[in-house]
Amino acid sequence: MKQLERINDFVIRFANVNGSGSASANNLLAKVIYRLGVPISPKNIFPSNIQGLPTWFEVRVSERGYLGRRGGVDFMVAVNGQTLQQDYDMVQAGGYFLFDSTRPLPDNCTRTDITIIDIPLTRLCNQEFSDARLRQLLRNIIYIGALAHLLDIGLAPVQKAITTQFASKPKLAEPNLRALEIGFNYSSENHDKSCALSVRPSDAVGDRILMDGNTAAGLGALYGGATVVGWYPITPSTSVIDTFERYAKRLRREEETGKKNYAVIQAEDELAAIGIAIGAGWNGARAFTATSGPGISLMSEFLGLAYFAEIPIVLVNVQRCGPSTGMPTRTQQADLLACAYASHGDTRNVLLFPSDPSECFEMTAGAFDLADRLQTPVIVMSDLDLGMNSHLSRPLSWDDSRSYDRGKVMSAEDLDNAEKPWGRYRDIDGDGICYRTYPGTHPDKGAYVTRGTSHNEYAAYTEESQAYERGMKRLLVKWETARALVPCPVISIKDENASIGAIYFGTTSQAAEEALELLAEQSIPINSMRILAYPFQKEVFDFIDQHEVVFVIEQNRDCQLKTLLAGECQVAPEKLDAVTHFNGLPITATIITNRIHTTLLTGRPGNKGGKQ
Amino acid sequence: MSYTRPTIRHPDAGKNKLGYTRKYYEGSISTLCAGCGHDSITNAIINACFEMNIEPHRVVKLSGIGCSSKTPAYFLGKSHGFNAVHGRMPSVATGANMANRDLVYIGVSGDGDTASIGIGQFMHVVRRNLNMVYIVMNNGCYGLTKGQDSATADKGSKTKKGNPVALESIDLCELAIQSGAGFVARGFSGDKKQLVAMLKTAIVHKGLAFLDIISPCVSFNNVPTSTKSYSWVREHMEVTQSFDFIPFQQEITADYRQGTSLPITMHDGSTLNLHKRKDQADTTDKAAAIAELEKARQEQHILTGILYLNPESTDTHEILQTTEKPLNSLTARDLCPGNAVLENINDTFR
Repeated sequence: MKQLERINDFVIRFANVNGSGSASANNLLAKVIYRLGVPISPKNIFPSNIQGLPTWFEVRVSERGYLGRRGGVDFMVAVNGQTLQQDYDMVQAGGYFLFDSTRPLPDNCTRTDITIIDIPLTRLCNQEFSDARLRQLLRNIIYIGALAHLLDIGLAPVQKAITTQFASKPKLAEPNLRALEIGFNYSSENHDKSCALSVRPSDAVGDRILMDGNTAAGLGALYGGATVVGWYPITPSTSVIDTFERYAKRLRREEETGKKNYAVIQAEDELAAIGIAIGAGWNGARAFTATSGPGISLMSEFLGLAYFAEIPIVLVNVQRCGPSTGMPTRTQQADLLACAYASHGDTRNVLLFPSDPSECFEMTAGAFDLADRLQTPVIVMSDLDLGMNSHLSRPLSWDDSRSYDRGKVMSAEDLDNAEKPWGRYRDIDGDGICYRTYPGTHPDKGAYVTRGTSHNEYAAYTEESQAYERGMKRLLVKWETARALVPCPVISIKDENASIGAIYFGTTSQAAEEALELLAEQSIPINSMRILAYPFQKEVFDFIDQHEVVFVIEQNRDCQLKTLLAGECQVAPEKLDAVTHFNGLPITATIITNRIHTTLLTGRPGNKGGKQ
Repeated sequence: MSYTRPTIRHPDAGKNKLGYTRKYYEGSISTLCAGCGHDSITNAIINACFEMNIEPHRVVKLSGIGCSSKTPAYFLGKSHGFNAVHGRMPSVATGANMANRDLVYIGVSGDGDTASIGIGQFMHVVRRNLNMVYIVMNNGCYGLTKGQDSATADKGSKTKKGNPVALESIDLCELAIQSGAGFVARGFSGDKKQLVAMLKTAIVHKGLAFLDIISPCVSFNNVPTSTKSYSWVREHMEVTQSFDFIPFQQEITADYRQGTSLPITMHDGSTLNLHKRKDQADTTDKAAAIAELEKARQEQHILTGILYLNPESTDTHEILQTTEKPLNSLTARDLCPGNAVLENINDTFR
């Protein structure tokens, strides 16, 4: 058997039981590798369950800095009896299978193409520790110790990480350090030179941080000046609010009194959650909510109200697998159409597509400026993979000279000095955006009734067709203004003459960029465009125009971005070729290259017989 | 509905302390049916705000969908209003109130809007004890869709269509008391004097003040067999107490019978003098209030008046411990922790 021999380039997967404390142990190892300067991409593949069901944690280690999921497993740490066989079968040929040999491997585990590393984790743990609760946790640390040996990490970096983690509770550090040594020593004595996968210190990480997107989005809302939050718990968006509140408790206190400069309200449902944000946004506070799939369906009615009555709010949608309840703990990019056109009647909502934590931060903070400027809902389209997994990311940064753009708001003085009579829905500047007033501004000017019913320029209820039509057309003018304000796509031209382009967004980006690099190495140059926002700009239309075939890579079944592009850009649908992936696990570069290869080989209209 | 309203008012028409006439508190002309109970309530709101010297622009009017929810257009034309979606006024009111705690929030809803589609939002805004006046104009039917029974229509009663209501009715006052409202009252659109005093008390009450006001629907539910008709309500109404509302800093001149009067100091220092019957339970006793409502329901009586009052209730802002300043007045200086803090946060993710 030829063992896999790789340095800083492999995938290790941990198979655990949910709720057994494995996450902190597994994260510990990931963090140690990251701190050694080696890029990693951890993915938590977890059940919708608190305790007992199988859960996996996968870490891709990549010196080259590929951060998408790779697929395949080179090293399996199998500590869940329920899935042992499945985990065993999954290991790549030449790979490694570490298991708890307190109980023997089942008879049908007869592969000869993998290296078996047997460590009696439970026995070692029970010999050393007596506390039942600690035993469960420390068993995990024992295999981390073994890995520190097998992957050539050494004891010191892990010891340091444990000491740091338990800095405030040194008593807890002690048994952890002991368990670590037990695993390390057992492996050294019994499995020396068993494993040819290795971690070597590197400087490939640079100054990047390791953060999940929900933390970044929560911080973005805090920095963006959100003061009112309405929300309802739903996986995988809950930690956006948790983060906001955790930091706000510390950073948003009124100096003299210690009182809160924010209000977080856990509502009775998603309808109320967005209603709270809308009420606050209307009344001049920066307000937001965060939700996932089912919440979007519930919030749709209110989104239509905010669109039509022109009320700024920010909504962070951490997408998960639909339809319906779907797979609540798996990822997808399948809410594009539901969000772009959320609500009945002619509605359109501004969408932003972050692809890493630093963009989650910047786009969430920026969404408040956009929402205030455009007086409309702005939806930040994250997903479970981005939101709940840690990602390598540029550090977050804030320009201290930056001020909030509160948009067109009339003060009492403005109302007194206005040359033209004020009307809430009068387009004075020709950009489709009208001037609004906050309640309580002026004793006898600027009051109006906000309504979801049709209204004229002065906000009065009307059923007059022409007034209604004028309003709806003005909203289109505003949509054009939005087009000019939202972030532009990131276009990468590898070859001026290339006839193939690829479009992707959000968390598809890492795998897509890796795939395009691999294809370029195989002399298939493909230009790329990462879309950052909807409405799409001229650059998006032009990019599609400039190529004969454009692959649209996305994580849903129904080619939602492709549909949106075809409709909005008025392109011939056959020019766009869908590369979709929707099984709930993050897309991989291999899936993309396979799909593109197949298309190019089989030929299709528009690509001249398939040869490039 | 009326098409016109006299534009000339008597030159001696009274002005309040702010120098405004009552007209200053009016809104646009009502488009509801002539004789609609809702218009009487609208007028009571105008009177209450006028007499209390409230600056109209410091009031926010909110509503859902339905006939009742149209009324905010008909009072306080100088106030901002928000006509939300069906049954969702409470959440919009919550957000608005969180953004600026300094304004007076008056929510208007109907029995369809509150007791059916919006019952969840209703109970939770009560539970949150949002500082607002929550008015239900209760006519037992869906007027705007031509008279279907609502969830407050009494079991066995008959609307214009003639079929007895088959389902149990929901008593919104009982729900409000159970959900934690600090002020719960029931009124009748035909009893304006009681209504105005009730509204004034509700406005000064801190926390959620709930008013269920029986307001007959003249088009679809004003037949003698309906328990929400003018005639039935007049015959079965039992006024639980009379009361005077004495605003803060106003000399107490009201004449009340000794021994039956219970003065209650409101949050802003105003006084409410309740004159109640001797056999009546204490208005601040929650369980007794619910028991009296149930008893009256069995006896086919409609209790009106202030049914429950907890003058010490704490509102959402107090519960959350938010700043005394309106949140919408805070600037980047108050809100943004700055880059140095962010760099420290970055370090915790290394």
